[in-house]
Amino acid sequence: MSFWQLAVQQLINGLQSGSIYALVALGYSMVYGIITLLNFAHGDIIMVGSYLSWFALTSIAPFVPLPVAVVIAIAMAILGCMVLGVTIEFAAYRPLRKSPRISLLITAIGVSYLLQNTAQKFIGASAKMVPYPRIPSVNFAGLTISGVAILCIAVTAACMVGLTLLVKKSKSGKAMRAVSEDADAALLMGVNVNSTISFTFAIGSALAGVGSILFIIAYPQASPFMGGMLGLKAFVAAVLGGIGSIPGAMIGGLLIGVIESLVSAVGLSVWKEGVVFAILIVMLLFKPAGIMGKPTTEKV
Amino acid sequence: MLEVNNINVYYGPIHAIKGVSFTVNEGEIVSLIGANGAGKSTILKTVSGLLRTKTGGITFMGEDISSAKAHKLVHKGLAQVPEGRRIFLRMSVRENLEMGAYTQHEVTHANLDDVYARFPILKERSRQVAGTLSGGEQQMLAMGRAMMSHPKLLMLDEPSMGLAPILVEQVFDIIRVFHDMGTTILLVEQNASMALAHADRAYVLETGRVTLSGTGAELASSEEIKKAYLGG
Ligand SMILES: Nc1ncnc2c1ncn2[C@@H]1O[C@H](COP(=O)(O)OP(=O)(O)OP(=O)(O)O)[C@@H](O)[C@H]1O
Ligand SMILES: [Mg+2]
Repeated sequence: MSFWQLAVQQLINGLQSGSIYALVALGYSMVYGIITLLNFAHGDIIMVGSYLSWFALTSIAPFVPLPVAVVIAIAMAILGCMVLGVTIEFAAYRPLRKSPRISLLITAIGVSYLLQNTAQKFIGASAKMVPYPRIPSVNFAGLTISGVAILCIAVTAACMVGLTLLVKKSKSGKAMRAVSEDADAALLMGVNVNSTISFTFAIGSALAGVGSILFIIAYPQASPFMGGMLGLKAFVAAVLGGIGSIPGAMIGGLLIGVIESLVSAVGLSVWKEGVVFAILIVMLLFKPAGIMGKPTTEKV
Repeated sequence: MLEVNNINVYYGPIHAIKGVSFTVNEGEIVSLIGANGAGKSTILKTVSGLLRTKTGGITFMGEDISSAKAHKLVHKGLAQVPEGRRIFLRMSVRENLEMGAYTQHEVTHANLDDVYARFPILKERSRQVAGTLSGGEQQMLAMGRAMMSHPKLLMLDEPSMGLAPILVEQVFDIIRVFHDMGTTILLVEQNASMALAHADRAYVLETGRVTLSGTGAELASSEEIKKAYLGG
């Protein structure tokens, strides 16, 4: 394999994991943008989504044809994550909307533990195999490109285009941006702020659901604590890109994935997590607003 | 049209509005004037549903709105240009105007064209991010945005704040135009001379209480007002 082939291979690997980080980072960023909360339970939503896939593919699959089971698994994971995200906001965060940020943050950590421990108690600590069908690799220009990588990149790209259109063009998307900038002013325009926040959680969590499916296709094991590291890296991606910024989350996620894969490629794979957190620290020290950090032009 | 009846509003333990009553009749320009901290903004926020009264009632078009949800009041024909304009700085000028028409089923182009005709500068800048507008342009945008919902009652909170005298004139001219179009106006101002010159009636607010009321002309010629608000 030539150097270039190797480089392209690593780049594709990086974009694969990066696209999953990006999907998850979007949820962090959107939620931060709208209620300035670092939603530490967001990673655990992926865990729940993975178990929903597992449930559909092991408990429902025996009664229906495989393609139907896969569709059910995908639908359950995405809808389940949406409902969970909206419920968490409604039950845990909404009552604290006017409380100090720190109460909200601690609540988010509490929700994270609640989800992890609930899964451990009722499903068990050991990992469950999630049997999505295998996706064949593709041979192209002398390279063997994994089908999973193509799927991840394509699905994520589609989600990003869809999300960008939604946020930029649709009425709900504009309401979302208005609420995230100034909730009281949005109220005065007649925007139902509560439903806009619910909508934001629904979209962010649906993206996490999509992320959970892509992740579980690549690494087919669901376990109670799987959301931790994935969530943390996505969080770093969101900060790197500029928390609150949607394009920032996309760029941050892809960058983290590519950097990790480059670090592994040069033989330092044990360091790849370390490098991710080093990036976080450097970023916070030198450019805390992130790559796409918001300009704050305010006039009096 | 709007009746505020003996309202009391608190911020936690702070008793900000102490038994204020006033009315705005259809077709009037009514002004609330008062010094910093008198409670003018608090009253507007309470009417718009951003704050709640502890006691007292607010009716709009004969309907009790004292516990109505803020976002529902726009449907009923109430709009506010809040203190400090509060335009969406990261959204484009046009998107800001579209937000003004959020409760409309669709943003009618006639609607947008009306506002553009009134404020040609906004049309010129329609794609620009609102944060890059000058202070005066931002005020025009805030007023244009509020008019997008075709309100029956428009409440303005210190629209002349921070503007050069020539722009202040312009703001009051625009308020006149809105009024001539059939919009009832409730105007909060510290600029008492301008406010009284344009108001049919006015109320003077001091530390959460109405201390004087009368027609604009009566108040403008009152000795007390001259001393306290009109600089002699
Ligand atoms: N969020 C708040 N929390 C506590 N007190 C507040 C709050 N907002 C206003 N107040 C108090 O309520 C009183 C009335 O304030 P308000 O903003 O209504 O005054 P105002 O007449 O609009 O003044 P200005 O002309 O400076 O805008 C003031 O004493 C103020 O300190
Ligand atoms: Mg005020």
